[in-house]
Amino acid sequence: MSTLINDVITHDTVAAVKYTTKDFSSDQDVRWCPGCGDYSILAQVQRVMPELNIPKEKIVFVSGIGCSSRFPYYMSTYGFHGIHGRATAIATGLKIARPDLSVWVATGDGDGLSIGGNHMIHTLRRNVDLNILLFNNQIYGLTKGQYSPTSEFGKVTKSTPYGSVDMPFNPASLALGSAGTFVARSMDRDPKHMQTIIKRAAEHKGTSFVEVYQNCNVFNDGAFFQFTEKETKSDSVVFLEHGKPLVFGKENDKGIKLDGFSPVVVSLKDGSHSANDLLVHNEKDSTLAFILANMTYNLELPRPFGIFLAIDRPRYEDEISKQVDSAVSKRGRGSLEKLLNSGDTWVIQ
Amino acid sequence: MEKQTRTLDEVTIRFAGDSGDGMQLTGGQFTNTSAAMGNDLSTLPDYPAEIRAPKDTTYGVSGFQIHFGATEINTPGDHCDVLVAMNAASLKVNLRSLIDGGIIIVNTDGFGDKNLKLAGYTQSPLADGSLSKYQVFQVDITKLTNLALADMNLSPKIVDKTKNFFALGMMYWIFNRTLDNTLQWISEKFEKKPEMIEANTRVMKAGWNYAETTDVFAVRYEVKPAPLTPGKYRNISGNQAAALGLVAAAEKANLDLFLGTYPITPASDILHELSNYKNFGVRTFQAEDEIAGITSAIGASFGGALAATTTSGPGVALKTEAMGLAVMVELPLVIVNVQRGGPSTGLPTKTEQADLLQAVYGRNGEAPIPVIAASTPSDCFNACFEASRIALKYMTPVMVLTDGYLGNGSEPWLVPSVKDLPEIAPKFRKEPEGYLPYKRDERTLSREWAIPGTPGLEHRIGGLEKQDGSGNINYEPENHDKMVKLRAAKVDRIADDIPAAAVEGDASGDLLVVGWGGTYGTLKTAVERKRKEGKKVSHLHLKHLHPLPKNVGDILKKFKHVLVPEINLGQLSKILRERYLVPTVGLNKVQGLPFRSVEIEQKIEEILGGKQ
Repeated sequence: MSTLINDVITHDTVAAVKYTTKDFSSDQDVRWCPGCGDYSILAQVQRVMPELNIPKEKIVFVSGIGCSSRFPYYMSTYGFHGIHGRATAIATGLKIARPDLSVWVATGDGDGLSIGGNHMIHTLRRNVDLNILLFNNQIYGLTKGQYSPTSEFGKVTKSTPYGSVDMPFNPASLALGSAGTFVARSMDRDPKHMQTIIKRAAEHKGTSFVEVYQNCNVFNDGAFFQFTEKETKSDSVVFLEHGKPLVFGKENDKGIKLDGFSPVVVSLKDGSHSANDLLVHNEKDSTLAFILANMTYNLELPRPFGIFLAIDRPRYEDEISKQVDSAVSKRGRGSLEKLLNSGDTWVIQ
Repeated sequence: MEKQTRTLDEVTIRFAGDSGDGMQLTGGQFTNTSAAMGNDLSTLPDYPAEIRAPKDTTYGVSGFQIHFGATEINTPGDHCDVLVAMNAASLKVNLRSLIDGGIIIVNTDGFGDKNLKLAGYTQSPLADGSLSKYQVFQVDITKLTNLALADMNLSPKIVDKTKNFFALGMMYWIFNRTLDNTLQWISEKFEKKPEMIEANTRVMKAGWNYAETTDVFAVRYEVKPAPLTPGKYRNISGNQAAALGLVAAAEKANLDLFLGTYPITPASDILHELSNYKNFGVRTFQAEDEIAGITSAIGASFGGALAATTTSGPGVALKTEAMGLAVMVELPLVIVNVQRGGPSTGLPTKTEQADLLQAVYGRNGEAPIPVIAASTPSDCFNACFEASRIALKYMTPVMVLTDGYLGNGSEPWLVPSVKDLPEIAPKFRKEPEGYLPYKRDERTLSREWAIPGTPGLEHRIGGLEKQDGSGNINYEPENHDKMVKLRAAKVDRIADDIPAAAVEGDASGDLLVVGWGGTYGTLKTAVERKRKEGKKVSHLHLKHLHPLPKNVGDILKKFKHVLVPEINLGQLSKILRERYLVPTVGLNKVQGLPFRSVEIEQKIEEILGGKQ
């Protein structure tokens, strides 16, 4: 990095002070609708931040446009509220120029998957070390209630009075298909789970893609109640834990086993199957990750939450830095005078 | 036979052939040799948009024009004096640019029945008398090349690839050029392929010897060195110069250069060039699209890099929203538009000047951006350097306009000394006490650059309207009005920090020819010719197009007429009329080609003759 930068920034990689949650709240009033799921995501992020021990000035939150994208204003870190869909591209440029920073992206299903879908898939395949939090509420909130690229087929909204005829994206499958190295899902109403996932995302080197089911209580209230509310949650959700069999149900009485490549639900109480028959999660297995992500819209199966995949692959910005460093070590730090005078030159007397 | 030598002041040669015939290389070699021999020169490649168009068709013709002389050369030449045509199609396409009485050297092997048919000739122009007003030299270059290499056992494909060196060898003899430069180039280029060194060398010498010993050419020409300013020169294209300008600015500013870009004709060479300069800490990012190109650059700028994005017209259209963001967040950014023919995909490989209004006005909301135009290939260096200086000093995006003609064209460049380059001294805020993201410098009105990583300066910026000072989101009517006016005033104040516009010729007179961008050489040539005839004509060429230098209005008032030639429908004219209420006369031609000096001269005559 240029000496000009080196003169002003901190070179600590570990925070000198012990932060508290409060240290990460900005002085701005939070302007989301009362009851919005975004509050929970903000709270969990602010709760996890002190545990990361990263100097606060090294953290940047970048966003695009939408309700989710107001996020940076409420963090006391550096923040950049960009334009619609471009958060991942802005963050990529920042991370390439400044690999020393911890760069986070707050985006939504519209911002990240519709107008910003192209940047999202390319960021994932490059494996830029960004932490992407995708707030999925399956609706356009800020523009007051149109269907989004994750809204279910047939969704009746202001722009689809006869029902949407769009097939929804499954964000986790999209991220895996884009060669993502860390793909996870959590939900606004399970703070503990979300904290665990956010922390793992922060620790992952490479692009971390975290989809958070987030209730929009104004335009799409209850979209995820089946997965988030006590009465239905345990029968509708299976939590993925590395090295553990896929068990779910109110009394942990159901499990998932593989029939060929297809996951099926089996009973653990009718004597036909035991825990040994079940699929054991392995977050390093990219083939398995596809199968698990594919359970998402299958109504016969519980919805998977947790970390689908966490594998290591070279980071884009590291590879660029390596090329720069190697060019400097091989050719020496460039001399402008020499560069200007290079090529075929001749002298006029 | 006794051969005569005639001395010429200037010559324009066009090398033309099929895209696979190596005409760009041949022209490039002739250029480097002529430059090394002290000629002033200007070149223009003319290649098809298709990478490998079907062989021998007119749309597969590739050309390279070089205008060199013993005097100052400002343009690649209106017409050519000599046309080298490697096949029938290249003759057909290029004949209209040859002067009456001009020289045509053809490779007769490229005029067989099949070649003629593909070129659309019903009978051979070499036989039907249609070329009678030219001096035609027919040489079977293919056969002679084969003869020269007969004992080498090379594949026919390789032999065919060397025939351009036969043409080059002949041209070197005709124009009294040394073979040394090209011989050295061949030996370096084919260092690991000794047989290619041998083959190319033999063929080039065979061409030279053929011209010298046979009776075909009775006259050779001498073009003496030009009286150039003493110093060290190199030949440089506009795109190379733009890349160097950005690197130089970053080095001067003590910043790392970041380029976020997406390949587009005719701007991609800037990316190619910069991707080689990694040992200067340059980071190039070939993004997934034009939008990611500019937004990644904005992200890098937020992080403290000198950030740039390079593109051409359609790419600028895609970057428009992000330019507005850069205006709003007030971060430095250089946007280089190597203009091409539009609208839409338009004419990707042809030149045009039709993006001026887009550059000055083309964004939503009141979003002023300084605009600087390069006037010659080497001036692309100055334009990019100056744009970086302004961007960093005023914390603003700056647009640089060049064009395909400048980007691909080349000229000798008097290499500047690093110590003579203007200072660029950006500062990052370090002191946390009293920091306000949108507090402004009283003189420049620019805000401070505070980068992530700096303790105590954590702040948030974005595209929503800012509160004056604090930078917090603010929708109050008075605040918005104030901020809109502040952003405009900041850009307007740059007029205090740029050189006054300088007239070439007298400061008053009958006619002022006003131009901008790549028409410089053509306008200068035309005006100089008319001045020699005693006409009261002067030339004003604008580099800073927004804001304009403060003295432009006064200059315009001192002339009875103002002529504004542009390769568009009158975009600078519109700006001048709106700004200064002067009646301008336009000369507007939009053919994807540069003006010819003679067209400007005719228009000058027309106005001064009172026909306007």
